[in-house]
Amino acid sequence: MSNEAVLHGHPEVVTTHEVHHDEHHVHHHKETFITKYVFSQDHKMIAKQFLITGMTWAIIGGLMSVLFRLQLGYPDQTFPWLEDILGRWAKGGKITAENYYALVTMHGTVLVFFVLTGGLSGTFANFLIPLQCGARDMASPFMNMLSYWFFFGGSVVMLSSLFIQTGPFSGGWTAYPPLSALGDASPGSKTGMDLWITAMAMFVISSLLGGLNYISTVLNLRTKGMSMTRLPLTIWALFFTAVLGVLSFPVLLSGFILLLFDRHAGTSFYLSDIYINGVGALPNEGGSAILFQHLFWFLGHPEVYIILLPAMGMASEILSVNARKPIFGYMAMVGSLFAITILAFLVWAHHMFVTGLNPFLGSVFVLLTLLIAVPSAIKVFNWLTTIWKANIRFTPGMLFALGFVSLFISGGLTGIFLGNSTLDIHLHDTYFVIAHFHIVMGVSAFFGMFAGIYHWFPKMYGRYLNSTMAYVHFWVTLIGAYLIFWPMHYEGLAGMPRRYLDYSIWESFKQFSDLNKFISTVAMIVFAVQLMFVFNFFYSIFKGRKVTTQNPWGSTTLEWTAPIRPGHGNWPGEIPEVHRWAYDYSKDGRDFIPQTEPINPNESKH
Amino acid sequence: MEIVSTQRQKIHPHKFTLWIAIASIIMMFAGLTSAYIVKGSLPGWSTVEMPKIFYYSTGVMLISSLTIQVALKSFKERSMQQYRRLITLTAILGFLFITFQIIGFRQLAHSGVQLSGGSGAGQFLYIIFGLHALHVLGGAIALLVMFIRAFSTRIRNYNAVPVEVVSTYWHFVDLLWIYLFVFFLLK
Repeated sequence: MSNEAVLHGHPEVVTTHEVHHDEHHVHHHKETFITKYVFSQDHKMIAKQFLITGMTWAIIGGLMSVLFRLQLGYPDQTFPWLEDILGRWAKGGKITAENYYALVTMHGTVLVFFVLTGGLSGTFANFLIPLQCGARDMASPFMNMLSYWFFFGGSVVMLSSLFIQTGPFSGGWTAYPPLSALGDASPGSKTGMDLWITAMAMFVISSLLGGLNYISTVLNLRTKGMSMTRLPLTIWALFFTAVLGVLSFPVLLSGFILLLFDRHAGTSFYLSDIYINGVGALPNEGGSAILFQHLFWFLGHPEVYIILLPAMGMASEILSVNARKPIFGYMAMVGSLFAITILAFLVWAHHMFVTGLNPFLGSVFVLLTLLIAVPSAIKVFNWLTTIWKANIRFTPGMLFALGFVSLFISGGLTGIFLGNSTLDIHLHDTYFVIAHFHIVMGVSAFFGMFAGIYHWFPKMYGRYLNSTMAYVHFWVTLIGAYLIFWPMHYEGLAGMPRRYLDYSIWESFKQFSDLNKFISTVAMIVFAVQLMFVFNFFYSIFKGRKVTTQNPWGSTTLEWTAPIRPGHGNWPGEIPEVHRWAYDYSKDGRDFIPQTEPINPNESKH
Repeated sequence: MEIVSTQRQKIHPHKFTLWIAIASIIMMFAGLTSAYIVKGSLPGWSTVEMPKIFYYSTGVMLISSLTIQVALKSFKERSMQQYRRLITLTAILGFLFITFQIIGFRQLAHSGVQLSGGSGAGQFLYIIFGLHALHVLGGAIALLVMFIRAFSTRIRNYNAVPVEVVSTYWHFVDLLWIYLFVFFLLK
């Protein structure tokens, strides 16, 4: 089946399309506002919808962290304005314990799933896969549209849970039973949890619909000459991300289905021997809360790589483009992505070292976990050798890609500590864990996302983002991220547990009160700078400097052969044919050679 | 025309998408059945006796797999009369299967296997077989759509891809059922 037929999708005329394939149709869709901007089936518009929804969530999730950092940094003070915006959730200007837990839970859920999964791979898989593979659109544009609208629907449900009387779910983003299974366990476990599950189920469906499309587009709709080994690394990374999602999200859904039955049908899959204050002993027997943890982390660990791989792919591409050098070790990069994908499925129990896991089993998971250091180190080595002795152009996208590599190294190293089951006895559930995963998957994935936005914004909107604001954004965010999360390692090593409301009443952790104040202050500054980025983004869509050349970064890949503002179908006329890999930079005395240029017989081999 | 010939050798994207979706559904049931295995080794486990009617539903499922295969063959041979008859028969068998499942659930409930309170094989059976029935229902609805299309005089449709997609999916839910049935028999 041809690319053309996919775009038009009239099954009854497919046969005629295939016969007259060489007749190119000029597309005169009757596009209304609704079909162009709302229920669009154009992958580029869907990508922008994912991006803007994700950004909205990032602001909400970030604001939540500012609110609970206010409590953590200044536990002895009251902020009357908090009562004005949060009402009874901040009685007397102090966040209540219930609300604090709700805030940390929603902060985690929103950022992990709705921003760094939906917002990150939703945006860039949609935007880059057809453009960089040379396809008119996704394999099924309709399913792609459904994917966004399930995401949007899930977002609305999740958002609505913030406004109900008993408040949103407050048992932690991992939703462990019994807090998630028993409505009587806490106010947030009532309607809030039902909305949480509904929203997450819709989110899973959205991810699956999107992932199916990404995989079949990459494997089936590449343009002529685009063999798998000529694909840019972004596409490889997004491909493996989709594979991870498609194989791990259904398991989470199974876990949620059993949870739903425990909540509403009285089954005891996760519940056993429970006594609730004010309710009494429950009849449930024989359930196992650990079972949920297994099902959750079987998704939960691949989820980490679902977040991280797109950032890795984009960083590889952006580093190579702006270093004006071919990526070092292309096949090693692909191989290490593959190795990470396989290992991602085999390490979930390292989140459960202290649940009474069999120590022998634990040692197996330690070994598998530490094995991830090998492909990660290969990637880091290749990024560093790519920029080695390069004549680097420090564009904002490049700075964020470099920041990504820096954060990935610092955050990855602490993973080696946490991957050891013996060290984990001391470090689990402390601020060390918070610091580790915020640096390695939170902030570094954000840096990959920012790099992608700064780099591909000209392709998305035909204008540039403002560079001055971009540089301020980069430096404040990078320094801020280290200032926020570096000290948390020390707090964690000292044994300071996570998820506590107030550390000032605790003799051992009183010494950290000034440090907490410092972290909170920096967090607020960094959040303010993100708002400046959001301003830059929307301002530049309408008022940014216009892109005047088709290929502003001097890049080899296919998306820059399309018009500055491509229509639905991406290329007017024929899809370009590909003759070489994506990384011919500084070759034979030429700055770059586009993928569409045929190989010259006198050319040197790469 | 070289582009067409190279692309013809490739599998149709919709069929390919179906295969990935099947992998995804397999992971979901793998999650549930491995939860069953983990749970089965814990104290307080109760077993369940399989109602006889599930044997009949297995037979129905196997026959329906046969009918849809012949339907696909007759579609490809353009004998539309037979295709329509067989696709109708397959849809009816699909709904019959779901009816049998519901009867099976009723019998289990009468014999005292309740959802509330318990967490043994019976509770897993309700959920796993129920989810499987939902997947069969999805396939049966797809068959109904094809049924309506096959009788429409307005659209002449000789594209075999949708028929192939539905028949592949139908064989998949059949195999999935056999796996689940044997799984519960052996456990």
